[in-house]
Amino acid sequence: MILLEKRPQPSRVWTFATPVLAVVLTMIFGGVLFAALGNNPFETIRTIFLDPLFSEFAWFYRPQILIKGAPLVLIAIGLSFGFRAGIWNIGAEGQYIIGALCGAAVGLAFYPTESFIIFPLMVIAGALGGWAWAMIPGFLRVKFGTNEILVSLMLVYVAEQLLSSMALGAMRNPDGVGMPGSRNLTQYPSATSWINESAGMHWGVVFAFIAVIFAYIALSRHIFGFQVRLSGQSPRAAKFAGVNPARLILICMGLSGALAGLAGLFEVAGPASQVSINFNVGYGFTAIIVAFLGRLHPVGIVLAAGLMALTYIGGEIAQSNLGLPGAAIQLLQGMLLFFLLAVDVLTNYRIRLKREGLT
Amino acid sequence: MTDPLLRLTGLTKAYPGVIANKDVSFDIGRGEVHALLGENGAGKSTLVKTIYGLVKPDSGKMTLEGAPFQPAEPRAARAAGVAMVFQHFSLFDAMNVAENIALGMENPPAQSEIAARVLAVSDQYGLPLDPSRIVGELSAGERQRVEIIRCLLQDPKLLIMDEPTSVLTPQEVAILFETLRKLSAEGTAILYISHKLEEIRALCETATVLRLGEVVATCDPRATSARDMAELMVGSTLHVPEKAARDVGDVVLSLKNLSAKAPHRFGTSLRNISLDVRKGEVLGIGGVAGNGQDELVAALSGEMPTGADMLHYKGKAIGQMRPNERREIGLLAAPEERMGHAAAPDMSLTENAIMTATTRQRLTTRGFLHWAKARGFAEQVIKAFDVRTPGPQNAARSLSGGNLQKFVIGREIMQDPEVLVVNQPTWGVDASAAAAIRQALLDLASKGAAVICISQDLDELMEISDRFAALNEGRLSAPRPARGLTVDEIGLMLGGAHDMEVAHDSA
Repeated sequence: MILLEKRPQPSRVWTFATPVLAVVLTMIFGGVLFAALGNNPFETIRTIFLDPLFSEFAWFYRPQILIKGAPLVLIAIGLSFGFRAGIWNIGAEGQYIIGALCGAAVGLAFYPTESFIIFPLMVIAGALGGWAWAMIPGFLRVKFGTNEILVSLMLVYVAEQLLSSMALGAMRNPDGVGMPGSRNLTQYPSATSWINESAGMHWGVVFAFIAVIFAYIALSRHIFGFQVRLSGQSPRAAKFAGVNPARLILICMGLSGALAGLAGLFEVAGPASQVSINFNVGYGFTAIIVAFLGRLHPVGIVLAAGLMALTYIGGEIAQSNLGLPGAAIQLLQGMLLFFLLAVDVLTNYRIRLKREGLT
Repeated sequence: MTDPLLRLTGLTKAYPGVIANKDVSFDIGRGEVHALLGENGAGKSTLVKTIYGLVKPDSGKMTLEGAPFQPAEPRAARAAGVAMVFQHFSLFDAMNVAENIALGMENPPAQSEIAARVLAVSDQYGLPLDPSRIVGELSAGERQRVEIIRCLLQDPKLLIMDEPTSVLTPQEVAILFETLRKLSAEGTAILYISHKLEEIRALCETATVLRLGEVVATCDPRATSARDMAELMVGSTLHVPEKAARDVGDVVLSLKNLSAKAPHRFGTSLRNISLDVRKGEVLGIGGVAGNGQDELVAALSGEMPTGADMLHYKGKAIGQMRPNERREIGLLAAPEERMGHAAAPDMSLTENAIMTATTRQRLTTRGFLHWAKARGFAEQVIKAFDVRTPGPQNAARSLSGGNLQKFVIGREIMQDPEVLVVNQPTWGVDASAAAAIRQALLDLASKGAAVICISQDLDELMEISDRFAALNEGRLSAPRPARGLTVDEIGLMLGGAHDMEVAHDSA
């Protein structure tokens, strides 16, 4: 008989080992899945996990990892605070879109003036946009006790509608002969977020690393991080310790919204280059997986975002070179979260094998 | 008929890391009221769970009326005539008494028949209970009666009662004892688990004392002093808290018509509580659980803000102050629930020290934590209060209840409060740890602090309080000097025994 026995305290070893184990299990079961689809499992796994880094075209793929990873890190760092405190902002995708729209609006409004002040203003507008969008579920939760999961999620669809309306209407490129989509921001030197396009460097990468450092310090050294952790583990104890739950909800929602908004702004002014109907590609949702895969820990999030970016790029290679269906890649990513949650039990429990009849 | 009713021989049960019962043997005779004594963790509950079929022993055997008795599950135990009243009731609030009783039956008869049987049994044993009342409206004592009657309907040979009096007023205890004596006279044996020694002396004929899973003594409680029994339980000389002579000083905290709505559906509203607390005194507040204790602590700690003028601290209105502002000026509190309220189970003891000590111990500068200092403070608490743990890096949940309680109370006392509010400071704590905590509270008062001790344990309150007041349905009685209060007076202050006396007279 298999028994689960609660550990007196969480295991340190397993806290770090479970993400690795989850990745290994995903590779094994992913391989089985690919074999069932008629592909060579070893080749497919190698294509997805190793080719972006080590193949002869790695010089092209490596910068892509930065580009895909940066928004994931930014958003996941913001979410990790709320998730630790038991505040579930599921609508980062919407805040990402609104941040992009607000930031782009500032840039487009100044077109074609050139000034060093334009890009900082766009950054502020992007952060404020995401913040404001996240404050809607935050405020409703504090004031009326609504569920922030539902409200923030539904606001994603509102944001998507706004995005298409902007791409087709107010922000459409006047010189674009009726084509949907705004002006190309990367061709507007004062407004682009690129630092070095061929190296994959844009301001989002810089901000992502700053966010990681700040999050690390806040969580380990600052009373705010302590209050966040305490609230997530024991809400009543947090209240007794003097944490104001309403204030914490607003701060955590606002923080994750602002970071998601920033991610959106850097994306629209860089890799995506314009406001278009299909601007958002699900970073806001993938970041939820990244946050948990990274154990809600800043350094873990960086590693997890790198891994997710890898599967994105490797998945694209596998699609074009091996003819793998796109859904198989999404399945692989879902599998990763599934295995992580499943093996997570080892952190707090140990498995004991007992022979039948001795109980 | 020389066979005892139940004979336990060499019962042993080990869990990983602990031996809960080791070679336990004793007999319970027919109609005997047998006490099972022991500190927390002595193995009492494992033993009764073995008898009730919830735990299978590793070795040893039991015989019931001479026949081997190995219940595989509680149903088998019940069929053999063993019934048990648990400390925590398993009743559905939204259903009436008869429905609740029917739920526990294998083949429940019609409601009207159950009601008739409930009435018959309650009449026979002096346990007044209306089968049609909704359980949610019953007092704790009445709920316990539902559980007892549920057992009695099975006509048990052995009735096991686990800490039955912890939720009762003195009058309700008297009624319960009356019933138990009647049952015993009719031949039903009772295995009575408690750590309230005076009760055992009043009720039981034989006591088996367990310590660390082993039977260490068997005695006649009527002929043994409470102190001797306590020492048998603890295994060492018991330290009785001493009250040092002290001067009672100025009023430091006053409650003026403190009223507050219940914070949630199952809470109790506080109604017009007025009280002056003086420096150097221990004010005991008694009452049955659920009469506003949690809410009163929350109002004092700042978790539940009230009208500003309802609370005055050294003449200043503080009803709207936040918890940490109150800590800053010297008003500290320790709530009842250790896990998840007074302490965060998954956090280390250092982090649990940070929880309430940041303000007074200056554990932060501009919000940045001083981990070394926090760790040092946690170590001080561990040392001063003899908390048994390998070190402050251990998670709070790895500590036993008594040790964590010592840490939680110690954490507040080590911060030098001017007013300390504690709720159930020794709940579920073994006798020696309880004595240490009470002594620490008395020492704090003798240093000039005011201590408000809220507790359901009247013996504890009488031992340490200078003045005594009772909470009943959110109202506080006028405090009276604790010295010289009789049990009857306390009972009346606690809200009396509801409507039971009448039924008892007729029984």
